[in-house]
Amino acid sequence: MNHRKHLLGLEGMSAEEITRFLDTAESFKEVSERSVKKVPALRGTTVANLFFESSTRTRISFELAEKRLSADSVNFTTSGSSVSKGESLRDTAQNIEAMRVQMIVIRHSAAGAPHFLASLLNGSVINAGDGAHEHPTQGLLDMFTLRERWGSFAGKRVVIVGDLAHSRVARSNIHGLVTMGAEVVVCGPPTLIPLDIERLGVSVEVDLKQALEGADAVNVLRIQMERQQRGLFPSIDEYARRWGINRQALKNAHKECIIMHPGPMNRGIEIAQDVADGENSVILDQVTNGVAVRMAVLYLLSGGSALENEETTPQQTETRVREGKQVA
Amino acid sequence: MSVYYKAVLLDKDAIRRAIKRIAHEIVERNGGVDDLVIVGIRRRGVPLAKRIADTIAQMEECNVPIGALDITLYRDDFQNVLKHPQVGKTEIKEDITNRVVVLVDDVLFTGRTIRAALDELIDFGRPKKIQLAVLVDRGHRELPIKADYVGKNVPTSENEMVEVHLEEIDGDDEVLLAEKAS
Amino acid sequence: MNLNQLSHRSYIIDHVTIVDPKKNAAYAGYIVVMDGKIDAVEKGRAKESSLPVYNGGGLHLAPGFVDIHVHLREPGFEYKETVATGAAAAIAGGFTSVACMPNTSPAIDDRAVVEFILNQAKLAGLARVYPIAAATKGRKGEILSEYHELVEAGAVAVTDDGAPVPTAEMVRRVLEYAAPLGIPFIEHCEDMSASGEGVMHEGFYSTKLGLKGIPAFSEEACLARDLVVLKSVKGARFHAAHMSTRGSIELIRRAKEDGLPVTAETAPHYLCLEDKDLETYNTNLKINPPLRGHEDRLAMIEALKDGTMDCIASDHAPHAAHEKQVEFNAAPNGSVGLETMFPLVVTHLVRAGHMSLPQALALITHRPAECLGLPGGTLARGADADLVLFDPEEEWTVRAEDLHSRSKNSAFIGHRVFGSVKHTLVGGVNVTATRIGV
Repeated sequence: MNHRKHLLGLEGMSAEEITRFLDTAESFKEVSERSVKKVPALRGTTVANLFFESSTRTRISFELAEKRLSADSVNFTTSGSSVSKGESLRDTAQNIEAMRVQMIVIRHSAAGAPHFLASLLNGSVINAGDGAHEHPTQGLLDMFTLRERWGSFAGKRVVIVGDLAHSRVARSNIHGLVTMGAEVVVCGPPTLIPLDIERLGVSVEVDLKQALEGADAVNVLRIQMERQQRGLFPSIDEYARRWGINRQALKNAHKECIIMHPGPMNRGIEIAQDVADGENSVILDQVTNGVAVRMAVLYLLSGGSALENEETTPQQTETRVREGKQVA
Repeated sequence: MSVYYKAVLLDKDAIRRAIKRIAHEIVERNGGVDDLVIVGIRRRGVPLAKRIADTIAQMEECNVPIGALDITLYRDDFQNVLKHPQVGKTEIKEDITNRVVVLVDDVLFTGRTIRAALDELIDFGRPKKIQLAVLVDRGHRELPIKADYVGKNVPTSENEMVEVHLEEIDGDDEVLLAEKAS
Repeated sequence: MNLNQLSHRSYIIDHVTIVDPKKNAAYAGYIVVMDGKIDAVEKGRAKESSLPVYNGGGLHLAPGFVDIHVHLREPGFEYKETVATGAAAAIAGGFTSVACMPNTSPAIDDRAVVEFILNQAKLAGLARVYPIAAATKGRKGEILSEYHELVEAGAVAVTDDGAPVPTAEMVRRVLEYAAPLGIPFIEHCEDMSASGEGVMHEGFYSTKLGLKGIPAFSEEACLARDLVVLKSVKGARFHAAHMSTRGSIELIRRAKEDGLPVTAETAPHYLCLEDKDLETYNTNLKINPPLRGHEDRLAMIEALKDGTMDCIASDHAPHAAHEKQVEFNAAPNGSVGLETMFPLVVTHLVRAGHMSLPQALALITHRPAECLGLPGGTLARGADADLVLFDPEEEWTVRAEDLHSRSKNSAFIGHRVFGSVKHTLVGGVNVTATRIGV
C-alpha cells in the first residue's frame, strides 16, 4: 500500500483508496457515538488549521476531529481583506513549519494554495477548500453519507444542481462519484456551467425536471448572491423558480431520492423548506459524518512520518512448512 | 523468511474442552452470570468470546451479552507498524459501568494488547471488574498483566510463534507452535 | 586565434557553418569583418589574408538575433530587471538587438525616458536597445503621447502593451497620428470585459483546476476591432503582439489577404506549452495571454510555417522571486525568455521537423527587424557585424541558476533543449565574455 502524505483533491484518487477512507471513517463514526469521544491515536501530533476564508462549520468539524483523535490543534484565522497578495500565506506557512507542526489543514480562496504549501513545507497538507478547485473532505463525507444508504454507487444517478462554475464541492463530488461508478448529472443556469465539464465524465442538463428524472440523489449547491450582482443570472426569483429544489421538481425523481446540501442553506431559494427538513434529507447526517471522515483523513495521513520503507505483511514474504511440506 | 510448524499444541477437541472449562470457571468464580459481559479482542478473540458466551448460555440457560473491541487506535506501537493499520469496528452495545467484563483474546504474549484493551474499555465506562480469558499464555510479559482464565500455558522462546486457527476465520480449529527461520 | 580573445576591428572568422536566413541558405564558409561591419561572407575556407584569422571551431554563424518584445523594467522596477541585466541576458541568448516595452515607471511617454534608456544601454555596452514608446500618456488610453518627440529621441514604435488601447476611436487616433512617422502601432489584444479576473485559458483545464478562465475570444474580439479600424486609416502600420489563438491566426490571415498593412508575432511558449501544463499551479507558467489549448499550439506552428505569423518575440517578462512564489491567483503574469528563445526554436521547430534552421532563424532575425523597421538581422554587406556563433546540437537543461537575467521566473525550468550560444558579437566586438555585476 502506498502511503499518502497530502490530501489535495479527489481527482485521480483510485476507487480502492476512496474505499479505504470510507471504511476507516466507519470506525471513527463509532467513536463519536461513545460517551468518551476520544481515542489516543494522534496523541503528540500537532495540527494547524489555517483558515483564510471564514468558515465556522468546516473549521469546527476539523477541530472536533483533531481533538477526538487526541491531537493538539491550533487555529490561524485571518479575515480575507487583511491578507495581502499571498505574502501572508508564505510567511505564515514557514512560521508554522518552524513551530514543528506536523499537519496543516488549509482553506483558501485561491485554487492551488494547498499545492503551494505542500511544495514549501515538510508536513502533511489537507485541503479544506481551495477557491473553486476542490474540497476533498466534503466529497468524501458526501460519498460516505450516500454509501450508508446505498451500500454501493454502481448504477446510481446523482444530480448536482446549482452554481457549478464556482463550486469546489461539485468538483470533488464529481471526481469521487465518477470513480466509484455513479452516473453524475450536473444542472444549473447555462452561464454557471463551466466549459467542457462533460470531459470530467458527467452529463449536462439545463432543465431541472429532465435532470431529476429518476434521480437517486440530489446534491443542492448554495447559490451566492454576488453571482447575481455580477450579472451571471438575472434574479434570485428566476433561479429559485427554475432550479430551486422543491417537491414539484422532485416529482419524477426516485421515491426515496436522497437530498444533500453542503450548507449553509438559503432556505426558500435553492432548496425548499419542506424538502430540506423532509424524510429523505441527509443534511444533518452529512454534518455528523463530516467529523468521522475528517478523523479518518487525519488518521490515515498521519502515519507518514514514521518509516521510509514499506513493511509488507509476513504472509507475502514467508513460506510456510509443515511436516516437511510447504503449505498455503 | 520461512515459518516452520513444529507442533500442534491444541487440536480441535482440546480447544473445545478448554473453552468449556473456561466457561465453567467464569461462572464459578463470579458466582453466576449476573452483570456479565464477554468482550472479544479483534480479531480471533471475537469468535472465542462468542463460543464462551454460547457455552455459558447452554449451561445457565440464559443469554450473556457479548461485544467486540478493536484496539488499533490504542496501540502504543502505532507509529512502528504498517503505515495503515486497518481499523476494525468496535462494538460495545452494552453499558459496561458496574458490570463484570471478561476480556477474551487468543494468545497472551507481551501484554501490550491487553493494556490497550483496558484503556479503550475504560473510555466506555467504569466496570465493576475486568477479568481476562485467553486460549494460550505463551509467557514473555513486558507489562504486569495476568490472565484469570487460561486454556493452556505454553512456555516458548523468543523466535517461536503461537498461531491460533479458528474455523470462523481460518476454516479449521487448531493451535500451532511455529518457528521463524531465515 | 581564439574568439574569446577577439580584439581586432577587422578580421576573418574562418571555419564556420554560415546560416543566412534571408537567403535561406546554410553552408561551410567564412566571414570578413572590416571596421566592425560585415565586408564579405564566402563559401569554403578563407584564403591567405593580411587580416587576423579567428578559428570558428566548426560552430554555426548567423546574424545576431533580434527580439522585438522585451520588458526591461527600467526605469521603476529595477528589482526585477534593468537595461544592463536585460542586455546581458540578451547577449547570453544570442540577441544583439532588443526592442523594449514602455510599461515602466514612468512609462516611456516622454523623450527623457527614451534618452535615459538609450544611455543605460550605451553604458552597458552589450545588446542594442530600441525603446518602444507608450501610445498614450501613462498608458492610460486617454491622451496620445508626443510621438514626434519620442521618435526623434529614438523610439521605434508605439504601444500600450501590458494593456490594450481601450476604445476603437482611440485606436483610430493612434494609427492616424503614427502613420506619417512611418512607425507601427503594436497592439496587446485583450478585451478586458472578457478577460476579467481570468488567470488561465478558458477550457477544460480551467474547469478542472477551478481557476477563472480567459476565453479565446478576449484576444480575438480586440484584434477584430483593431483590424476593422485599420481598414479606415491610410498609411498606418499595425503589428499584433503575442498572438496565441487559432481564431487570431484566422483574422490575421484574412487581413493579409485583404491587403491590410498587418504583421504579427507569437511567443515561444505558445509553441511548446499548453493549458494542461498548468496542472501543478506553477506560477512561472502564468502568462498573459495565457497558454492555450493543444489545437491552438499546433495551429500556431503551422501559422509560422505558412507566413501568417511573421516572427517570434520572447515577451521577456521578469518578476522577482517573492512576487512569483505565491498562490496562483496572486502571481503577476509573465516568464523570462531571452535566454531560452533560441534553443526552443531549435528544439521545437527545427529538430521537430517543421522547418530548416535558416527558415527558423529568419523568424528571430530579419523578419522581426522588418516588422519594426529596425536595422540588423541580416548578413548583408555593410551591415553592422552583429553576429552569433552557436552549436545547434548541444543538449542542455534549463536551470534557474544559469540565467543571466536578474529574475529567474522561467516557464522552461527543467526543460531539456538543444542549441547553445557560444559567442555574441555586436559591431564586431565579442561581448559574450563581458558580464556586468547583476
